[in-house]
Amino acid sequence: MTLKRALGALAVLIVLWLLLPTLVIIPMSFNSAASFNFPPQGFSLQWYENFFTDPSWLRALGSSLQVALVTMVVATSLGIMAAIGLSKVKFRGKALLESYFLTPLIVPGIVIAIGLYSLFLRFNLLGTLPGFVLAHTVVALPLVIINVTASLQGVDPRLEQASATLGAGRLRTFFSITLPLIMPGVTAGALFAFVTSFDEIILSLFIQSPQLQTLPVKIYNSVTQASDPTVAAVAVIAMFTSVLVMLTAQFATRKRKRVSA
Amino acid sequence: MVDIASIRDRAPRSADGAGTSKQIREPKNWRPFLLLIPAFVIVSFFFLAPLIDVFIRSITDPMLGIQNYVWLFTTPTNMVVALRTFGTSFLVTIVCLLIAYPYAYLMTIVSDRTRNMLQLFIMLPLWTSILVRTLAWLVLLQDTGPINGLLEAVFGIGPLPLIRSTFGVALGMSQVLLPFMVLPIYSALAKIDKRLLPAAANLGARPVTAFFTVYLPLSRPGIFAGSVTVFILGLGFYIIPALLGSSKEIMMSALMYQQISGFLMWGHGTALGIFMLATTIVVLALVGRLAKGTSLFAGRVK
Repeated sequence: MTLKRALGALAVLIVLWLLLPTLVIIPMSFNSAASFNFPPQGFSLQWYENFFTDPSWLRALGSSLQVALVTMVVATSLGIMAAIGLSKVKFRGKALLESYFLTPLIVPGIVIAIGLYSLFLRFNLLGTLPGFVLAHTVVALPLVIINVTASLQGVDPRLEQASATLGAGRLRTFFSITLPLIMPGVTAGALFAFVTSFDEIILSLFIQSPQLQTLPVKIYNSVTQASDPTVAAVAVIAMFTSVLVMLTAQFATRKRKRVSA
Repeated sequence: MVDIASIRDRAPRSADGAGTSKQIREPKNWRPFLLLIPAFVIVSFFFLAPLIDVFIRSITDPMLGIQNYVWLFTTPTNMVVALRTFGTSFLVTIVCLLIAYPYAYLMTIVSDRTRNMLQLFIMLPLWTSILVRTLAWLVLLQDTGPINGLLEAVFGIGPLPLIRSTFGVALGMSQVLLPFMVLPIYSALAKIDKRLLPAAANLGARPVTAFFTVYLPLSRPGIFAGSVTVFILGLGFYIIPALLGSSKEIMMSALMYQQISGFLMWGHGTALGIFMLATTIVVLALVGRLAKGTSLFAGRVK
């Protein structure tokens, strides 16, 4: 069992390499000196104060939350419909259609980004809320479909038939039978959609405008233009937001596992 | 279990007997298609249409013809950038493979609880954006950063070019892409019969021989799936090369950005985009042939 022990030691190193470096951003955000030099010089909340008193940072946070929330609602609604549709239809091109919905995950983001940039230029969608939401929906949708489809596999189709037999309409059956049963998958998918949009950077860099910048775009611009440690504070806030949302998603899927077990 | 299964088998038949199947099944044929329309429209308009637009621009901007592709393949710097991009992506794939394989193997021989923990640790980094993680590497790897400081204090060397170098880019990319290698490899390893290795040993194979002739070939689908995913995702990386790489040694995505945003050379930028897309498709097709039944989305848990 020396092999197992050696592998265990290696795994510890790998996990440390995965997790520790990112945490360096937390002490940096409390640095009292105006630099990115590690270790930080002293304790100060000035960068958080900067963030919460600078209207341009707050506007970026507001835009990000707004885009992420609307994307979440749109992607989740479309994703639920598509997943249920896919679970019910049978035709020759079905597998192809399924992969069609999932391809945005595998096509290089930069290529989608220049395409959207070109398209949005023509339709005046650059730096607009609908533009951001539509772009983010394309990459968030596959995650909703994957999660809802996984949930749907555990639903007994006879329950819907029973509901129909008892006189419930399609909508009533959906909202009182199907939706509650697939809720864990829906919740996880919705939260993944939120985080995907909240953290999205490549598409956003191309479709931004001075009128509308999401938080990652503003962080990126700020890092490449000047070394303002406010970025560290913003990064910590962004990190905790996504970790919190993902923890909730994790909890939702845990519940799903327990129910199906 | 047997009872439930037999009931399940019988249920539709009894429905047939009652003659209700037509009423229930008939609408099923077309109504669910309506549910697919909204997603189909969005993906078509904001994913497929932009890609088509990229292709059209690449052969029409500034005029109809293949001049952009001629430029792409005859400009030496382009080929250097393309080779660098493939090389970096390949390097990252190898690094991820070497790290992920033992990790995934460990996941198959530990208790359920430890396995769940190991899986959680692999997924955790996906909860933080690439941008934030790259920012952290920037702090650590910069010339005046702690790692260079340590190297100088202990070994008296440095500062080493940890950022603005292929090293920084490869380090950052491997860290981000590792989960996409671990998960497919793990799902392949978990399917391998644990008794095969002792069986090989009984037949006289040394552990190393048993591993290379029995275990490794069986894990090939996972290796292929993970490697393809990491390689393809690596090709399109923009943020990490932009922040951790050298502005003199750019990758294809940065070249695209430069051509379009900087020089307004839409034809050049879109031709590069199509080239990257075509490479992706070729890699997918090649590996699809080599490893049948490989699921590409196995690693896409996030």
